Amino acid sequence: MNTLEVKGLSVWDEATGSAIVRDSSFVLRQGRCLAIVGESGSGKSMTCKAIMRLNRGTIRQSGRVLLNGEDIGELSEAEMRKRRGKNVCMIVQNGMAAFDPSRPVGVHLRETLRTHFGWGRSEAEGVLRVAMESVMLREPLELMNKYPHQLSGGMLQRVMIALALALRPDVIIADEPTTALDAISQYEVVEQFVRLREEMGCSLLFVSHDLGVVKKIADDVVVMKDGMIVESGSLEAVFGGSRHSYTQYLLSSRLTLSRHFQSIMEGGA
Amino acid sequence: MLKAEGVDKSYRVGGMFAGSKRQVLHDVSFECARGECLGIIGESGSGKSTLGRLLLGIEKPDRGTVTLKGRNVMDRRTRAGALSAVFQNYRSSLNPYFTVEQAIMEPMKAARLARDGMEEKIGELLQLVGLPAGYRSKYPHELSGGEAQRVCIARAISTEPGCILLDEAVSSLDVSVQAQVLELLRSLKERGRTSYIFITHDVQAAAYLCDRIMIFRDGRIEETLETSKLGSVRSAYARKLLASSITI
Repeated sequence: MNTLEVKGLSVWDEATGSAIVRDSSFVLRQGRCLAIVGESGSGKSMTCKAIMRLNRGTIRQSGRVLLNGEDIGELSEAEMRKRRGKNVCMIVQNGMAAFDPSRPVGVHLRETLRTHFGWGRSEAEGVLRVAMESVMLREPLELMNKYPHQLSGGMLQRVMIALALALRPDVIIADEPTTALDAISQYEVVEQFVRLREEMGCSLLFVSHDLGVVKKIADDVVVMKDGMIVESGSLEAVFGGSRHSYTQYLLSSRLTLSRHFQSIMEGGA
Repeated sequence: MLKAEGVDKSYRVGGMFAGSKRQVLHDVSFECARGECLGIIGESGSGKSTLGRLLLGIEKPDRGTVTLKGRNVMDRRTRAGALSAVFQNYRSSLNPYFTVEQAIMEPMKAARLARDGMEEKIGELLQLVGLPAGYRSKYPHELSGGEAQRVCIARAISTEPGCILLDEAVSSLDVSVQAQVLELLRSLKERGRTSYIFITHDVQAAAYLCDRIMIFRDGRIEETLETSKLGSVRSAYARKLLASSITI
């Protein structure tokens, strides 16, 4: 079954007339993880925002986005608001910008759960505690009383994942969730995503430019360049025998670093 | 070459009167030899960027000294043209009203280098960092991230300093662009003469570029070793840091 289906999605800026995403189509199947890879400016994030219908101002989009067979492009804004979070949950790159800086993170978390499920404080906190503990956040109640600036980027990222866990959406869209993190937290966050999929069986749309992370987590890969999909297929097919020169270029640049590192580690051990 | 001896640094946290002090660096001592590339790796918040600012003489250590060729870096005459830096945020590192040419010329003017020959020098520098000569008259907003970072590198090497400090210089670039910039830094290193201090959280990038790696944790040096011996780290923390690096 296809959880999320994007058909002929185009995004453009009306003010300048420049195309950002051109006629892109892909399918995210139930319980699978689809990764979108590409360099900055290739239209990865704009694709995510278009799916969530979050593009504002002069940005326009066309094409169809089907969520569980329903065209979400035709929903009213009020209906779409109900879908966001409950059915499609987006985890953004910058944890610091995702939370209200003037309120403790708990306020945001409780408010989201109240809006979608109508839960009271104690009920929401109970669910959140379990979710936060499962992403290795210790002392969740104390954490919920902290302001975003008191937490590190990795912790905020995990708080967002915990909220996604509590909401149990059909699709999670993760837009460069590990880019702003250092090596150790990056590793932990990736582990959390792997576990999230195993436990909830939700579908995951994972956007990244880091092919190392993608290899660890994805089943299927879509490669984007200048707003166009240049290659798509299963992870093994794209990473093992990519046909397109751009994919090969992305792979080779990453491999140079990895190989060097591995040879040192093996040589010294 | 660049030497830190018993450096301590703490910052005030909390209110103006009730605030307490938080020590960020604890008795840090090390030396970067001439022509060497030293990598400083650690998690966010480990104090590696603070150390970078002290090494550059932007901030003053509470205790201990930082010297370049035996002279204190707090003295601006020591730093002029001899010590330069490339930071993570390439957008805010370049003056938006300066063209690429003006940006690269600024440190050369400040170091009072001979004016004649500067034009050719800029051409050489741009070629060295792999930018076309037509970029001279461009403004920072017309450049991509990788290009802007190349301009920052060209500017840093323009005065042929004895030491260059790179604080997360490749971290915010795409992996493919990262590889290009690392390749550039590596080729510049081959020219010798200059010492590099490469501050990063990316173990793989550090291993690619550096001769020696210093693992930093909670404001202290956890372990320092040759890059070629990275496989045989002793401390548990260093092992965890290396193991959590995601390879392809």
